[in-house]
Amino acid sequence: MNALILLSLLGVFSLLAEIFSFKKLLYPVVLLGLAATFGVTVCDWGTTQTYYNMIRVDDFSISFSLVILFVAFLWFIMAKDYLNDEEHKTSYHSLVLFALVGALCMVSYTNMTMLFLGIEILSIPMYILAGSNKNDLSSNEAAFKYLIMGAFSTGFLLFGITMIYGATGSFDLAEIAMIVKAHPENISNIFYVGILLMLVAMAFKVSAVPFHFWAPDVYQGAPTPVTAFMATIVKTAAFAAFLKLFYSAFADVNTTWMTIVWAIAAITLLIGNITAVQQTSVKRMLAYSSIAHAGYMLMALLAQDEYSKGSILFYTLAYSVGSIATFTIVGIVISKKGKDEVESFNGLAESNPLLAVVMTIAILSLAGIPPTAGFFAKYYIFTSAFFAGNIGLVIIAIIASLIGVYYYFRIIIAMFFKGSNDAAIHVQPIQKVLLVLIAITIIALGLFPDFIVRLGFVS
Amino acid sequence: MITLLLIFFPLLAAFLVLLTKGEQAKKIALLASVVEFAISIYALCNFNADATTQFGFNAPWVASLGISFHVGIDGISMLMVLLTTFLVPVIILSSFKTNYKNPGLFYALVLSMQMALIGVFVSLDGFLFYVFWELALIPIYFICLLWGGENRAKITFKFFVYTLAGSLFMLAGLIYLYQQTEQGNSSFDIDALYQAGRNMTPTQQGFIFWAMFIAFAIKMPIFPFHTWQPDTYTVAPTQGTMLLSGIMLKMGTYGVIRWLIVLVPQGVQNWSGVAITLSVIGIVYASCIAIVQKDFKRLIAYSSIAHVGLIAAGIFAFNAQGMQGALIQMLSHGVNVVGMFFIVDLIQSRTNTREISALGGIRNVNPQFAVLFLIILLGSVALPLTNGFVGEFLLLNGLFQYNPYMTAFAGLSVILGAVYMLRSYQSIMLGETNAITASFTSLETSEKAVLIIICAAVILFGVYPKPLLDIAAPAVNQLLGS
Repeated sequence: MNALILLSLLGVFSLLAEIFSFKKLLYPVVLLGLAATFGVTVCDWGTTQTYYNMIRVDDFSISFSLVILFVAFLWFIMAKDYLNDEEHKTSYHSLVLFALVGALCMVSYTNMTMLFLGIEILSIPMYILAGSNKNDLSSNEAAFKYLIMGAFSTGFLLFGITMIYGATGSFDLAEIAMIVKAHPENISNIFYVGILLMLVAMAFKVSAVPFHFWAPDVYQGAPTPVTAFMATIVKTAAFAAFLKLFYSAFADVNTTWMTIVWAIAAITLLIGNITAVQQTSVKRMLAYSSIAHAGYMLMALLAQDEYSKGSILFYTLAYSVGSIATFTIVGIVISKKGKDEVESFNGLAESNPLLAVVMTIAILSLAGIPPTAGFFAKYYIFTSAFFAGNIGLVIIAIIASLIGVYYYFRIIIAMFFKGSNDAAIHVQPIQKVLLVLIAITIIALGLFPDFIVRLGFVS
Repeated sequence: MITLLLIFFPLLAAFLVLLTKGEQAKKIALLASVVEFAISIYALCNFNADATTQFGFNAPWVASLGISFHVGIDGISMLMVLLTTFLVPVIILSSFKTNYKNPGLFYALVLSMQMALIGVFVSLDGFLFYVFWELALIPIYFICLLWGGENRAKITFKFFVYTLAGSLFMLAGLIYLYQQTEQGNSSFDIDALYQAGRNMTPTQQGFIFWAMFIAFAIKMPIFPFHTWQPDTYTVAPTQGTMLLSGIMLKMGTYGVIRWLIVLVPQGVQNWSGVAITLSVIGIVYASCIAIVQKDFKRLIAYSSIAHVGLIAAGIFAFNAQGMQGALIQMLSHGVNVVGMFFIVDLIQSRTNTREISALGGIRNVNPQFAVLFLIILLGSVALPLTNGFVGEFLLLNGLFQYNPYMTAFAGLSVILGAVYMLRSYQSIMLGETNAITASFTSLETSEKAVLIIICAAVILFGVYPKPLLDIAAPAVNQLLGS
């Protein structure tokens, strides 16, 4: 709760910065504030506090909050240029901070009202930010598409919540679970329809097939830092919310939704990876890869044991850190070459070796090759699927991973193998620091995953 | 602790080499690999040739999931480690006359590859084994991609996907075994996995067999999983080919010995017939294709498939002779094939061609080279008193006990091997000197050193193989007894 308050205050502070014109200080203050929020959240570890039956801060929410805040910190460094836009500096800062408030609500809600609020608080700033490149047609298209599709899915969500309320008379997750447990024979069909509608809404938020159609256009059109935000923080929050909802309120009727999630996971894995192969735009390719990664995480959702939370926690962290690196580099390359085609990466190993090496590490992580974080994340997901008996899904995932290697390695081959006559690309020192930090994090998470794994076990 | 030193010293050296530039990189890399060889010799001196695992190190790694950093060396591992530490300096020395661009990175990759290879040979934890197994793939992929020949992007990519596909099935197999270990206390430790493997039904063991076998078969490679191999060997830079054929291939055969035949004995018993049949088909098939090759490097690549097929057949025959023969042959094949690829490199760098028919009469120009080439060649066609003979004889003997008819076919490899090897020697070295070969310059010191070291190994272990046999014998007996 302290984290929520701090972040909200920071958001308000950003708005005030416009009025009282201390814009120069804003960026460092926000970074410090984020670090402080991180610290406050760490201090809450091990405690459980419930606020008005709306929000519960426990180990589950804290572990996901920490992932979100850590990634947000990296994101703020990555998006320095974007945020410090002359004209919109304060509004960008506050929008992002409010989006983070929404993300934290989504990982700590205990009431469906709060879930809805969290999703909306997160989404509305994202709609605006996606269109923040006002003079760019595709950015406008991205914002509009995202808004329409997002509103549509919110409709599904609300409809689902209403139905569940109709069937059980409660918005509270624990209460719903209790009612379902106590009278399994009295559950009306409306309840199942509600679950289905909420499943659709959540699948939309995590961009799972067949609710993924918005993702490629939005990812490609939105400014690169905003895309990175959507691919990492939004996805982490959405998965935590997804997990929480289906594991607490709907855990006892899992036979009804597991088959559906199984099928969604399988087609998400296959369609995400196969479609990514055909893309020539790197941002679009990463959008499809992000869809594919949602497929892996859905596998963990089916596990229903102590592995499930831990593996999703680890996966979101590994995937987010890797994505921040790739999007940072994609952003730099686009700003130099003007295009985000795979060809833009030709000869990057010569024009800037650091970018090429970090990109390689990040890509190896996304592709799941040891000793990176992505490998362990994937291993952990496979294990949890195995323990749940979903061997068929593991085999689909293995095939999907192989397809994944194909398109990821296209970038590696372009960087190292294809030549270009471009001049050396210069990178700001702060970006260099960020990239080196991320590369170290990726390898360290891959080599010493135990800490995060235990974090997942406790929560 | 010495095992840890063996694993991590090359990695440390790799970082050091990465920071150096130009000529210096070569020298430091060579020095580091010689030091590594010295460490392994030190380990050998302190090694008791009994069935136990020595120099063990066991520390929890991902404790909450039962994964530990468990390494140790027994007789079989010892031989493999020695092979690796012996060959890497030779491989580095063989590159002294080649000027790769960006040498710091090149030698750093070679050394980090060495780290991964040694890690594979000493791991006693399933997960750790898998990590090292995959880790070996990354440096060699980049070596081939950055310094390879024509059309390398496509070919090395095929190689990468092929091996990764195999590995992922192995990973699935390992996780399945892990799941079968003691409930609530699941572990990847080799003993726990052995236990779990034995307790499974024959059908389950069959599935595990195939999951693991495909990974190993692709790495070796065994027919019909070999299609990546000739292209990759041909396109890779010489040192890359040497690493692939000399050491990396042995990961597959070592994997079968350590992680397959003991892991799922019932599965192996049910399916070893298929595995041996595939191996024998591979021997005859690859030998026949080798005969018609025009490119000498490609010919050696196919001959490698034939040799490794025999090794695999010997292992799956599952008797003392076959197993001993396989180990000896893994060593001698490693040495010989590195020698052969070096000879290809020497010829190519001097004549700019690998076309067998375009060459001829090199012996007239450079008799010294002709002698050294002949010794290595005889080693690889398994003439008595060369190292190739010992291994091949034991392998055929072991296979004979399993099935005489199979042996008749497998034995063709000796004859066909002589056909393609001697024929190519004849057309490359003998006959009239032509315009291309007339200017075949004499050997440089470093080149001579590499050839002499390899020839010495060929003869030494052909005449007196007993020390090598002794190192592994107790471990092999225990393997067969268990």
